Amino acid sequence: MTRRWRTLLAVSLIFLSAACTRKPGTASALKPTAFGAALVESSGGKQTGAIGTLLPQPLVVQVNDEQGAAVTGALVDFNGQASVTFDPPSALTDASGQVTTNVALGSVAGRYQLTVRTSTRAQKLVELNIEEIALGYQEQLGFQLDNKYCASCHDPESTPERVSNYDNLEVKPHPFTEGGTFNQISDDDLTAIISHGGPAINKSALMPPYGYTLNKTEIESLISYIRLVSDPPYHAPGTVYTRK
Amino acid sequence: MNAQLKEWLRQNFVASPVRRFGWASLLLLIALAVAPTKDFFNEWRHYQRQYRKFISTRPDSLILQHHFTSGIQQIWLPQLAVVDRCTTCHVAVTEKNLQDPASVPEPFRGHPPVAHNVKDWGCVICHRGQGPATELAEAHNATRAWEEPILPARYLESSCGQCHRAPLTGTPQLNQGRNLLGRYGCVHCHTIKLSDGSRVKPTDDPPSLSHIADKTTREWIYAWLKNPYAYAVTTTMPDFKLTDADARDISAFLIANSTPVARDTEGARNPPAEPTAGASLYGESFCASCHAVQNAAGNVVGGDVGPELTRIGNKAKPEWLRAWLRNPRVYNPETAMPHYRFTEPQVSLLTAYLGNKSDSDLLANVRLDAATPEQVAHGKLLVTTYGCAACHEISGIGKPDNFAPELTRVGSKPLTEIVFLPGMKRSTPDYIATKIRQPRSFGAGLKMPQYTLAPAQIDALTTALLAFTEGAHDLPMALTIPAKALANYQPAGNAGELMADLACFSCHAINGRGGDMAPDLSSEGTAVQRPWLEAFLKNPGTLRPALIRRMPKFNLSKSEIAELTDYMMTVYQTPAFDRDSLSSTSFPPAQVEQGRQLFYSKYACQSCHIIDTKADKGYIGPTLTQVGSRLNAAWIYHWLKDPQSLQPGTIEPNRNMNDEDARALTAFLMTQKGSSNQGRKK
Repeated sequence: MTRRWRTLLAVSLIFLSAACTRKPGTASALKPTAFGAALVESSGGKQTGAIGTLLPQPLVVQVNDEQGAAVTGALVDFNGQASVTFDPPSALTDASGQVTTNVALGSVAGRYQLTVRTSTRAQKLVELNIEEIALGYQEQLGFQLDNKYCASCHDPESTPERVSNYDNLEVKPHPFTEGGTFNQISDDDLTAIISHGGPAINKSALMPPYGYTLNKTEIESLISYIRLVSDPPYHAPGTVYTRK
Repeated sequence: MNAQLKEWLRQNFVASPVRRFGWASLLLLIALAVAPTKDFFNEWRHYQRQYRKFISTRPDSLILQHHFTSGIQQIWLPQLAVVDRCTTCHVAVTEKNLQDPASVPEPFRGHPPVAHNVKDWGCVICHRGQGPATELAEAHNATRAWEEPILPARYLESSCGQCHRAPLTGTPQLNQGRNLLGRYGCVHCHTIKLSDGSRVKPTDDPPSLSHIADKTTREWIYAWLKNPYAYAVTTTMPDFKLTDADARDISAFLIANSTPVARDTEGARNPPAEPTAGASLYGESFCASCHAVQNAAGNVVGGDVGPELTRIGNKAKPEWLRAWLRNPRVYNPETAMPHYRFTEPQVSLLTAYLGNKSDSDLLANVRLDAATPEQVAHGKLLVTTYGCAACHEISGIGKPDNFAPELTRVGSKPLTEIVFLPGMKRSTPDYIATKIRQPRSFGAGLKMPQYTLAPAQIDALTTALLAFTEGAHDLPMALTIPAKALANYQPAGNAGELMADLACFSCHAINGRGGDMAPDLSSEGTAVQRPWLEAFLKNPGTLRPALIRRMPKFNLSKSEIAELTDYMMTVYQTPAFDRDSLSSTSFPPAQVEQGRQLFYSKYACQSCHIIDTKADKGYIGPTLTQVGSRLNAAWIYHWLKDPQSLQPGTIEPNRNMNDEDARALTAFLMTQKGSSNQGRKK
C-alpha cells in the first residue's frame, strides 16, 4: 500500500517538475540559413523616446558578408537591459539583408546601450552597439519645448516640416547634443542665458530671452533635456555616490 | 514501545495539575507570540531596515535619517478615494538626493520630478496597483481581490488622462491616442461617455454614400472594399475582410441605392487638357496643403485634411471631378474643401491632371457582371450587419446606435470579464492592444474590422482607452480639467456665407472655431491695414518663408473681396486696444534710427526676421520688408509689449520691452513699406 503511494508520489513529482521547467511559448527556435561577417546600423539609432514607450522609429540593422554585400537569412539577436523590450527580440535578415525591430526602452530616464549580435560561419560573435535615450516626464516636457522654441535655430538639420534657421545666423548656435560646450556651462548660467538671452553671460544677442515667455518649471525641464541628450554625457557636479 | 511512550507522556504532561497548567501556559505564550513575530518579519520592515542600512553609508545620512519615519506610512485622499501605503517601502520617494538610478536601488529611489507632488497625490492615481496593500505582490500584481495591477510605464500617460481632458504638453502619447480615437472614427461605433455626460466625438468626416454612383464606379467600390490600403496608404477606412461575393453584393447595393445629385453639365464639352499641364496649377493652388500624394520613393507628401490623391484617377469619374472642382459644395455642402472659383480652362487642366493619377493594376482584375436583385438585397443586409451606416450616410439605412460595445469604463474592465487568447499576457492593456492589432483573432464571426496602424499608434490608442476608467468616470466634476469646449462660432450675413463657401475654418481659427494650419484671425481687423488685406485676398503672397503650407489663390471677384475685407476689418478686432490709437504715419527720423539700432543690436530681431533682403536671413518669423504697409502701428506696439496676449502660444518671445523701445521699434517697422508696395498696386 505505502509502496504504491510512494511510487505515485514520485511519478507525480516528476510530472510536476517537468511541467514547471518547460518554458511556455518560446518559439524562437530560429535557424540561420546564412552567416554574415559584419553588422551595420541602417536606421533607428540615437533616438529619444518617452520612458517605457516605443521609440518613434523602429531599429533597422543590416548583415553584410566580407565583401560588404547584404546577407539574407542570418540570425540577429537584440539585447539590452532587462527593462528594454524588442519586438521581435531576434529574427532572420530579409531579402535586403535587413532586420527591423520595435524597441521600447525601460521605465527609468537615461541612456540605454543596446547590443545587436549575429554570428559568423565560424561561430564568432559580431556585435554592434547602439545608444538610445529615454526621456522622463521632465525631459519629455523639455523636448516638447525644444521642438517649439529652440530647435528651429539650435538644430542644424532641416526636416520636411521644419526648415532650420541655423545656416542663416551669423553667430552659430550650439546644437544641444554638443556636450563639449554645454557640459562646461553650469545650471545657473544656462538658466540665465535662457531667461535673459545671450548677453546675460556675454554671448550673442541673437539668442533672445525667454524668461517672460517660459516659466521656471519649463526652463528647468529644458535644462534637464539638454543635460540628458548632451554628448559626451553630462555629470552633475558635487558628490558622486556609487552603489556598494 | 508505544505503551512506554504513552506512559511517559502521561507522567510528564497530564498527571499533575501544576504541570498541566505550566504546559498550557507555555502553549498560550507561544501562540500569543506568533502575531508579533510574523509582524516583525514583515516585508515592509525588512525594506525599512535595508533602507536604514543603505543610507547609513552615505555622506548625507544624517538628513536622510532625519526625514525617515518608521512604521506603516499612508497617504489618504478621501475625495479621490485613495489610500496609499506605497511609501511604507518606497520610503524615499520625496528625497531629491536619492533620484540617481545608477547609485540608488529600488524601492529606495526618489521619484523623478513630475507635475504633481507625490505627497499631495499619492502613487496609485498614476501608477495604479493596490494602494492599501503592504506586501509587494499584493500591491503590484493582480490578485483575486484586486484586479488592477501596476500600470506598465508604456501606458503611464493614460493616468493623466483620467482627470485632464485637455491635451497636455507632457503627454504626447495620450494626445496622439485621443486624436486617433477621433480620426479613425472609433467612436462612431463605440460609445464613450465622459463624466459630464457628454460623449467623445469623432473628428473624421466619412463621405456620404447616398450619391456614390455619381462619383465612382462599382468596380472601384469592389476593389476598395476588398483592400482600402491598396488604393490609399493613408486611409482611415479599415479592412472588413470581405469575401469576393460579399464585396460584390455590397458594391451592387451601394450603386443601386445611389441617387443622382442635380448639377449643371456646363463645361463638359470643353476639350480635355494635356494631363501634365495641370501640375503647375496643382502646385499654385496649394492642393498639397490638404491632400497627400505618395511619391515614387513611397513617401507620403502633403497634408491630411483631405483624402490622399495618389490614385484618384482610378476612383473619381471625370465628369464628377469636373463638377467637384467647379464647386464642391454642390455634391457635399459640408465639405472642408474650399470653393476655388476656377475658370473652365483651369477646371479642365486639373481634371486631366488628377485623372491621370492612377494605377493601372488597381482595377485590372476586377470583372463584375450586372447585379441581380438578390445580390442587391444581400448587399443591403451586409451593409446593415457590418454597421456601415454608423460612419457613412446611406439613404434608406438609419445610423445604428450602440453598434459596438461601450468603452466608457474600458480602462478598468475586470479581468474576469475578458476572454484572453491562449499564450496572451493576462492584463487589460495587453488585451486592448491585441484587440486593436488583430480584432478578428478573438473568435469567428466578430465584426470589428482590421485597421492598418503602426505599433506606436496602437500603443497610443491603448493609452487613450486606458484613461477611461471607473475612477475617471466617477470623479467629482470639480476635480476634472475639461477640454476646451468647441465653439460653434458662425460669421453672419453675406460675408459669413462667403467664408463658409471658401471653407476658411478648415485652416484658420476664429473665435475658438477652426483649424490650426493657418494663423488665428480673431483679431485680424486690428492687426492689418485694409489695402494690404484686399491685395492679399486677391493674390496671397508669401509671409512666412519657412512654412510649407500656404494660402491659396481663390480667384475672388472684386465685390467678394470688398465684402470679406469690410467684415474682417469691422468685426475681427481685439477688445484690448483701439486699432487707431497710434498714428501710422509721421515718425521723427531720430526715433526711426533708434528703432533700427534696437532692431539690429539690442533685440537682434534679424535672427528670425528679414528687413533688408540682402543682409538679413532670419527665416522663422514673417518677412518684415513691407510690414509698414501690412500692420497697424498700434498692433505692432502692443505685439512688441506682449505677443502672447495677442496670440496665445506664439513662439515670438516676450521681451518685456519698455515703452520707449517699443515706440522706437514701431516707428522703424512702420517705415518699412517695401519696394513693391502690394497695397497700392493698381
